[in-house]
Amino acid sequence: MAEPMGFYTDTTVCIGCKACEVACKEWNQLPATNGGRNTLSGDSYDNTRRLDGIHWRHVKFIEQFNADRSQGRWLMMSDVCKHCVRAGCLEVCPTGAIIRTEFDTVVIQSDVCNGCRDCIAGCPFGVIDINPVSGTAQKCTLCYDRMRAGMEPACAKACPTDSINFGPIRQLKEMAERRVGQLKQGGESRAYLYGADDKIVGGLNSFYLLVDKPEVYGLPADPRLPSRNLKPSSLWATVGAALIGIMGVISFRSRGRDHA
Amino acid sequence: MPSTFFTEPPHWRWLIVLYFFIGGLAGGCYFLAALIDLFGRITDRPLARLGYRIAFPAVVVCGVLLIVDLGRPERFWHMLLQSETWRPMFKSYSPMSFGAWGLLLFGLFAFLSFLGALGPDANRDGLGRLRPPALLGTVIAILGGLAGFFLASYTGVLLAVTNRPIWADTTLLGLLFVVSSASTSIALLLLLGSGRVFLIGGLRALQRFDIGVLVLELIAIVAVIASLGSVARVWLDVWGVLLVVGVIGLGIVVPALLHLRAHAPTALSARAAALLVLVGGFLLRIVIVLSSEAV
Repeated sequence: MAEPMGFYTDTTVCIGCKACEVACKEWNQLPATNGGRNTLSGDSYDNTRRLDGIHWRHVKFIEQFNADRSQGRWLMMSDVCKHCVRAGCLEVCPTGAIIRTEFDTVVIQSDVCNGCRDCIAGCPFGVIDINPVSGTAQKCTLCYDRMRAGMEPACAKACPTDSINFGPIRQLKEMAERRVGQLKQGGESRAYLYGADDKIVGGLNSFYLLVDKPEVYGLPADPRLPSRNLKPSSLWATVGAALIGIMGVISFRSRGRDHA
Repeated sequence: MPSTFFTEPPHWRWLIVLYFFIGGLAGGCYFLAALIDLFGRITDRPLARLGYRIAFPAVVVCGVLLIVDLGRPERFWHMLLQSETWRPMFKSYSPMSFGAWGLLLFGLFAFLSFLGALGPDANRDGLGRLRPPALLGTVIAILGGLAGFFLASYTGVLLAVTNRPIWADTTLLGLLFVVSSASTSIALLLLLGSGRVFLIGGLRALQRFDIGVLVLELIAIVAVIASLGSVARVWLDVWGVLLVVGVIGLGIVVPALLHLRAHAPTALSARAAALLVLVGGFLLRIVIVLSSEAV
């Protein structure tokens, strides 16, 4: 396997230009509108609103203002599939459409997926959705086709501030840790890395530098794998089946008072 | 906020609700038929035949519902075979993969027992060998009954093995679904068999069984709510009303009381109870599936 590759997104330098969104759509030939409909959020400059089958990159605009809007700040973050080291979508996929590539990234093979949508429910980050054009589940491939050709993903190439950094995970982590140190030295004590270590689903091959709690960015503080429930849930179901079986046998065996 | 609230819904809606309900009936009716054939009296065998005759058509409907619900229905077979190599596609740790094979296997047993149930109940030759007490029929009934249990319960496990609110916040949905599938299947057999007075003995046993299962179902629902903890607040709206009034009140408590009051399983009140149990079982699946979809 080649060296694990991924993204390190420094949210402190994101300016919300959405060049990454546009580059992603262009390269991956994703439709600009959903079924021909242009929809506006109406309460934000963020009209993409969420990642889904036709938005594989999404620049979040987190608007933190006080009641009279005299004070506030904008947090911007270009969100994308996390390419989890232990991926929930890959665990539950029943067709084998979701694979781990030689770059340690997670890719949905659109020609194999049959649109069962189990991966949508299994993803701890709400990244995947159906592309209405293909009828299959889709998400960021980390530009697998470009990586195979030795090129960087389209979004990282287009990012004008180097908020999105692409490269070997080992190098990205070193770069990210240096940046956290630099920010802390400069007085931004809240800076930290989300998903760079293995505490979150084994590590995220697309990790982030954040300056507020994960929930503020729409990220779960404690994302977990769907398989955590497999054994206890199966066990309880078996207990239920056993109880029903025993009750059924007793009901049909103990019929002393019945005449028929 | 629990981590499950940061996820997106998979758009499992009415077709899946119907599948969960009909799949529960298919598995439950088969289990009951096998139970009656193996442990009931000779006079109960028409009830078992009824169960087999429901199970197979129901599982066919299940397959159709699941295929139609896919984004690419023509690729349904990718669940069973790898599209590139044509080798079997099976992931033991994916409930949907396990379920696809379980459904196929159950369908096979349901088909064999359906054939066995085509002839007269006393027939022990020809197709009759596909039913107990023939050795082959006994093996089919035991394996099919186990597969029926699987079909009735794996859907709850499937929901738990996700990251969605409610579904992944409890590990008791498999248990709840298998108990509910038993109560709804008993209700269906009671309802369809209630016109035949000569089945009174078997129907009475089913009625006794139903009262016990309804009590167990009530305990299971309370346990699910308790295990959800603060997540149960999601149900403090119309879903909660539907759960308490529709599922618990009309689908469990009222039918249990009607069964206790009914002088015979063929009485009008017993039939009304059976009908309410079926409605309650359907409402339960609506609440479980659609309330999470709505988050």
